[in-house]
Amino acid sequence: MPTYLQLVHQVEQSLRLGYLKEGDRLPTVKETVEALAINPNTVLKAYRELDNKGLATGRPGQGTFIAGTLRRVGLTEQSELRKGLMSWLRTADDAGLDFEWIEALFAASMRDFRERRDVASARRGAARRADHGSKQTRGVA
Amino acid sequence: MNIIESCGLGRRFGRTWALRDCSMAIPAGHVVALVGPNGAGKTTLLNLAAGLLQPTSGRLTVLAGEQPGSAQARNRIGFVAQDAKLYAHLPVGDMLRVARNLNQTWDGDRARARLADLGIPLDRKVRQLSGGQRAQLALTIAVAKRPEVLILDEPLAALDPLARHDLMSSLMAAVVEDGLSLVFSSHVVSELERIADYLVVLNNGRLQLAGEVEHLLARHKILTGPGGEMFVDSQRIAIVHAQQAGAQAHLLVRTSAAEDPVPHGWQSQSASLEELVLGYLRDPGARMLPGPAVATAGGARAVTP
Repeated sequence: MPTYLQLVHQVEQSLRLGYLKEGDRLPTVKETVEALAINPNTVLKAYRELDNKGLATGRPGQGTFIAGTLRRVGLTEQSELRKGLMSWLRTADDAGLDFEWIEALFAASMRDFRERRDVASARRGAARRADHGSKQTRGVA
Repeated sequence: MNIIESCGLGRRFGRTWALRDCSMAIPAGHVVALVGPNGAGKTTLLNLAAGLLQPTSGRLTVLAGEQPGSAQARNRIGFVAQDAKLYAHLPVGDMLRVARNLNQTWDGDRARARLADLGIPLDRKVRQLSGGQRAQLALTIAVAKRPEVLILDEPLAALDPLARHDLMSSLMAAVVEDGLSLVFSSHVVSELERIADYLVVLNNGRLQLAGEVEHLLARHKILTGPGGEMFVDSQRIAIVHAQQAGAQAHLLVRTSAAEDPVPHGWQSQSASLEELVLGYLRDPGARMLPGPAVATAGGARAVTP
């Protein structure tokens, strides 16, 4: 993955987890290149990308600030979901699973879940198209 | 403005041409990596740009028409040679005084502040410094004259990974702070992707590749597919380098557009900067220089314009 996208994802991840919120100042280009030893244009490109996504905005002479939010799930809901996960993790730990096992199980379940969801949404889409198609045919007739 | 511009540039040492037929124009505002194997002519090119060598043929100008080595050019260009010329027996503070007397513009406060930040004491003798500290001292001296262009010959070669990272972050910070253009040579390709946004590849004294990294990466792809000779017959593909591994062939190819069709049965991937550089270095005949370059691979493996 290109370096600038890694930076973008890092900011997005921090927004999701609530580490960054609207109005927070992002590190300056100089701070970032010094910390990471990367090309300044890479940082500028990442900030432009965040701007395009409506997540950050530059204020001349002041820096780049978080302007939007990615959180569709509130912090309270997030913490509830996290509690659920924690209790599942304890169960897994009690059952004698080590972290690699847990990660493998989680990744496999994620894949399963995603596939099922994709199949379901594809079916819904197909149904909609069929419905739409029959209406059109009726219209033509 | 072009910081370095050359036309038919060549330099001969005795009977050997260290650099030949080199024409390029490097625009300002970039971090330029000059890459190539040992003996490619990197140091010769940098020394010509710094005015330490005279061309045997062709010409080279810096900073939009200035003669390298002229007073004008020397004030505006910082140069750090490969073995950073420092006086080993002098304390750091005296080394700064020497440098101040050798330069017309000099920001001593800044140099001392920088060394303090780095934890390099002024009373320490140069030979007592670590390799990384010596590299930082040379860089401090080079940026204290506030150049528009900073040229460094193999700045990272002798440093351990940690010192390399520190020097790279110092360099990148200087680029942001002073808005300077940076040109550096390296034979380590793997670390370039993070810092360079303009690439110049020299091989055996000749220029192979020059351009903005983003542009170069957009114009190349790695194709993987069935090997054999058939792949070159029907397709108009400019192959830079082909590698056969068992029944599979890996090709570094040049594309005219990002959405060029991929031949049937082949997989296309974007190339990393390292793959790009290595692909060219392995085929010294391959070239891609600014300007139109179209070629077909009619059975030929390397593409020459």
